[in-house]
Amino acid sequence: MTAIDPTGAAGPSSGVTGHSLFAPDQRTNARNASEKRFRAYGVVAITLALLALLWLLISIFSAGLPAFRQTFIEIPVTLDAAVLDKAGHGDPKEMASVTTIGYGKQIAKALAEEVKAKGVDAGTLTDKEIGEMVSEDSAANLRNMVLANPKLLGTTVQFQALANGRIDGYFKGRVTMETAARDKNTSPEKLMLADKLRAAGVVVMKFNPGFLTMTDASDKRPEAAGLGVAIIGSLYMMFVVLCLALPIGVAASVYLEEFAPKNRWTDLIEVNIANLAAVPSIVYGILGLGIFINIGGLPRSAPIVGGLVLTLMTLPRIIIPTRAALKAVPPSIRDAALGVGASKLQTVTHHVLPLAMPGVLTGTIIGLAQALGETAPLLLIGMVAFVKDFPGAPPSGLFDPSSALPVQIYNWTQRGDPGFVERASGAIIVLLAFLIVMNTAAIILRRKYERRW
Amino acid sequence: MSLGLLCLLLLALAVLGYVLGQRKAISSAGGDIRKLHSLPNFYGSITALSVIVPTAALLVVWLFAEGFVIQSNALSHILPADVPADSSMNLVMADVTRLAAGLATLAGQGADVAALAKDPVALKTALGGAGVAMGHDPNPSMIAAAQAVESTAWLSRLLLTVLALALGVAGAAWGLSRIKPEFRARNETERVAMGLLIAASLIAVLTTVGIVLSLFSETVHFFQLYPASQFFFSASWNPKFGGGSDLGIWPLVWGTLYVSVISLIVAVPIGLLSAIYLAEYASKSVRSVVKPLIEILAGIPTIVYGLFALITVGPLLRDFIAQPMGWGNSASSVMTAGLVMGIMVIPFVSSLSDDIINAVPQSLRDGSLGLGATPSETIRQVVIPAALPGIVGAVLLAASRAIGETMIVVLGAGAAAKLSLNPFEAMTTVTVKIVSQLTGDTEFNSPETLVAFALGLTLFTLTLCLNIVALVIVRKYREQYE
Repeated sequence: MTAIDPTGAAGPSSGVTGHSLFAPDQRTNARNASEKRFRAYGVVAITLALLALLWLLISIFSAGLPAFRQTFIEIPVTLDAAVLDKAGHGDPKEMASVTTIGYGKQIAKALAEEVKAKGVDAGTLTDKEIGEMVSEDSAANLRNMVLANPKLLGTTVQFQALANGRIDGYFKGRVTMETAARDKNTSPEKLMLADKLRAAGVVVMKFNPGFLTMTDASDKRPEAAGLGVAIIGSLYMMFVVLCLALPIGVAASVYLEEFAPKNRWTDLIEVNIANLAAVPSIVYGILGLGIFINIGGLPRSAPIVGGLVLTLMTLPRIIIPTRAALKAVPPSIRDAALGVGASKLQTVTHHVLPLAMPGVLTGTIIGLAQALGETAPLLLIGMVAFVKDFPGAPPSGLFDPSSALPVQIYNWTQRGDPGFVERASGAIIVLLAFLIVMNTAAIILRRKYERRW
Repeated sequence: MSLGLLCLLLLALAVLGYVLGQRKAISSAGGDIRKLHSLPNFYGSITALSVIVPTAALLVVWLFAEGFVIQSNALSHILPADVPADSSMNLVMADVTRLAAGLATLAGQGADVAALAKDPVALKTALGGAGVAMGHDPNPSMIAAAQAVESTAWLSRLLLTVLALALGVAGAAWGLSRIKPEFRARNETERVAMGLLIAASLIAVLTTVGIVLSLFSETVHFFQLYPASQFFFSASWNPKFGGGSDLGIWPLVWGTLYVSVISLIVAVPIGLLSAIYLAEYASKSVRSVVKPLIEILAGIPTIVYGLFALITVGPLLRDFIAQPMGWGNSASSVMTAGLVMGIMVIPFVSSLSDDIINAVPQSLRDGSLGLGATPSETIRQVVIPAALPGIVGAVLLAASRAIGETMIVVLGAGAAAKLSLNPFEAMTTVTVKIVSQLTGDTEFNSPETLVAFALGLTLFTLTLCLNIVALVIVRKYREQYE
């Protein structure tokens, strides 16, 4: 008979009497280690998933936040009446013959004078090159300002001009002296001058509300591109989706949940809805192109078509949670209503539906949030087009060409200038902000009003 | 009269019908509503419904037919000789539409349209002044067509207004004439309402029919222009807009499957293991924080993942893996798209698996633990085998998600159709090609455009099969333990 082995190293082979029950044997150790490993796998998997989320958000936010700040050049501009209004009548119609090029020259001149007045050494730069530091879009802004108010002629106004995209990129770290040397749109001298002007307070960086209100801009002017049209277009589409998908979705759910007889026909509709929820979104785009545009003759890139396509896509996503909400209302409510003489429809509209409403609205908001971020179907119905004008007021504005937030993001990723990557990431932040607001509303609604029986 | 105003008028008529119906019902009962079969508001509703239902049906049918009539009317003015060699009927018709709009603008500005219409040159300058750009110079038959468009549209609107208003008034009169104390207004109203409910639930079926029809008709059209055997059996994809393109589907299917497989390799272990941890090990408080966080991944729009692939993951893989190892120089690659899509698919795997693991009865676990198995042994040998069919269903649903995903591959996978094994090379997928063949100005008579519909049908069929199999498996599994 061997002594009890205090180390517990003996395996099962050493016999029943071989070791204490308090000391785990080798096999138990192995099993416990495997248990620990298995738990660790789970923790690692969750950590990976959360890290991916964090990485995604950090990458988008770090690339996109600079889009909300913009470099401006603040200079006094003398609006020379002799150049801008040759006829001298102060009549906006006649003044319209002076193009933006004429105004651009005025701004360039004003900037060159300001450089001299501040005593900043412009190096070898000519006045024309100094003028190129201002965005071409500013001339158009100045022109609109003067045409709207001809009395400004002859006066000196303090004008806030957008800086050229390269100057802006330099302050945001996108453009360096090395890249500028190879770039024909800018030069290291301009960047050095920009540095000096910033120290002199002529060039400033501040919050740029125009990013949310301005329209899209051409390929060469990322500094002037804004989300105005895209936000309006997305709002129009959400309006269409809300007006169509909510009533139709609720009506369909009420029928299927409360009235439909259990037969093959109802089964078919149910299977159909389940499948529609899983059809790839791009297929809905093909449907919109084939039915609404080719057969229905509706205009391309119009919010109404986008709204209709997204409605069809959102319907199953509203019907499924709505049916769940209706199902959650206990039968006793129905029995009580029917018992006092209400018809089936009255039971539903007066009692079941109001009680299910928080669930219905939560489902609707989440469906809308998904529709807001949907891109692929909108590409096919022509919403990628470059749209420079705001659509009109509804209802006729629903038929005007427009853009949408996710499509505008896609559009910007396809442009050559790296300034647009920053714009696209900034637009994503705006899109995510909308989604967060909608989802928070849904969560609050659910927490506050959802009843459990 | 504008459409909006007409709709408002009809709505006002319906409201009027409601009020009158209610009043007439009360007065027909001599003020004592107990003598009525239904509550007075049902008499109002049925009158309002008898205005709205027929006029709404008329409006929808009319607006749908109007486009065809106007189009064919305009087409009759255009001779084949009027279509320039470098243009097509569609482009000419687009010009006609623009011309018609321009003429209306000019007329609105007080210009003498009749005189301008005889003089195409003056008309063009006048249109230019009004801000209407034309693809071609207007020729006399185009002007005639544009005028026909305008006059038909005007006539059609006039007729519609008159007819709709007449129908509305007639509906209201008929509705009012039926009101008597013994008229069963509630039953009538509910019958109409039930019809509307059924119609709403049929929209889902109509959507499917619309999808299938629009895909089928254009696919048939495509196979008339391009041999089906080449589409299904050729291994090269090389569309040329001059004609003579190779439109074989295999490079696209290969790219799609390759990206999806990589995404599943990423998502299935992560999703499944986190679902197991959350369902079996995590405390309630951890679960209530982590589960919504993972589900955020499902709520982020795909364009965000696409941009993430484009600006972060793609360059990272290229600079740190592909280039040092000499595997490729492209930032957009199957690996980029697959990885990012994998992240997107994680919550689809984990949420569904979580539900399914939770549905495994506790008694199975208790039995296994009681025999001395460790929790992980219980999970591996009892819970997972019991939940396996459901987990397979979840993975199939995730696969269908990955195959149909568009924006991540558009921005992350590239556009070159290739049959290659190297995951760091740019390849393309079915969805990318649907987007690239259908965006921009498209003409619906070249195989290069129509192929997108054949691709769409392939995609639809593939995902439908996966979805049905997955749904059947999941459903069967759920019933097993209920």
